[in-house]
Amino acid sequence: MHEMGIANSVLDSVRVEALRFPDGHICKVGVRIGELAGVDPEALSFCFEALVRGTEFEPLALEIEYRPRRHKCLSCQRMYQPSLEEIACPHCGSADSRFIDGDELELAYLEVDDGARTAGA
Amino acid sequence: MERVPLERKVLSENARIAEDLRARFAEHNTLCLNLISSPGSGKTTLLERTLESFAPADRVAVLTGDIQTENDARRLARFGFPVKQITTGGTCHLDARMIERALADWRLEEIDLLLVENVGNLVCPSSYDLGEAAKIVVLSVTEGEDKPLKYPSIFFKSQLLVLNKTDLLPYVPFDIAAAEANARKTHPGMEIVRVSCMTREGLSDWLGWLRAKRQGQASLATSSS
Repeated sequence: MHEMGIANSVLDSVRVEALRFPDGHICKVGVRIGELAGVDPEALSFCFEALVRGTEFEPLALEIEYRPRRHKCLSCQRMYQPSLEEIACPHCGSADSRFIDGDELELAYLEVDDGARTAGA
Repeated sequence: MERVPLERKVLSENARIAEDLRARFAEHNTLCLNLISSPGSGKTTLLERTLESFAPADRVAVLTGDIQTENDARRLARFGFPVKQITTGGTCHLDARMIERALADWRLEEIDLLLVENVGNLVCPSSYDLGEAAKIVVLSVTEGEDKPLKYPSIFFKSQLLVLNKTDLLPYVPFDIAAAEANARKTHPGMEIVRVSCMTREGLSDWLGWLRAKRQGQASLATSSS
């Protein structure tokens, strides 16, 4: 269970970014989590909600974009999503593939409500 | 409403320290390896067998992580190499800052091989880069051959799988071929060694892998293999 630490890192980043928007309110933070990141999105949401409660950032939503694992077949060159049980290409059956993405643990974006569009960053 | 792109790692502070450590390891030719497994799969025993294979002049050091107790450091210190316990006090993984702190009073120029034993856990340690050259996952035959499918992140990120406690294979319903096939479904091309730390069968394969990893760096003669 390391989602609390990860939620805390997300909130720390919001805290730093908030300095760029002194007149705005950060209402949402977007996080990208890959299938292979080893992070449980539900647990992360739960921890984040608990951390935000009672802080000056409330209300602050967390939006999680879950990314499946993607491979590129080195035989037919097509992209596909391997399943847990089968890593071979579903199009041509080749076992020869390259990992493309699906291990992300990234901060994607913030949504800032800047009211009457006062001076931003 | 304005959307501001960020596009950086969530654990960017850990990543920064890990990259700093990686640069220091490279500068001093220190090979750092991060050993990860569930509790009780035999990381510490594997390290005992590893340390006893080295000559006293070999420049090996160990950092061993646990939530509590100094037991592992005591077990590993018997071999005469520098060993330091990192007790996390509840945290389920090591992070780069813990490694940085633990190394503060060690001289990397005097260490050719740094073995890091992570906290026993197949999930959380996979998210934290420690600046290592490779992650190694240890799986014992008393666990279950579907572990690579249940915990894909760590098997995907580890270069080597050490299948440990093979001496127990006659007594447990563990299909070792299925375990290896599952590991390679998660991580095509994963390197695998089968080891028994009790009978010592397969230890030479593990020590050979270590030696191969060290090629191109300062020589480290193992006294036996």
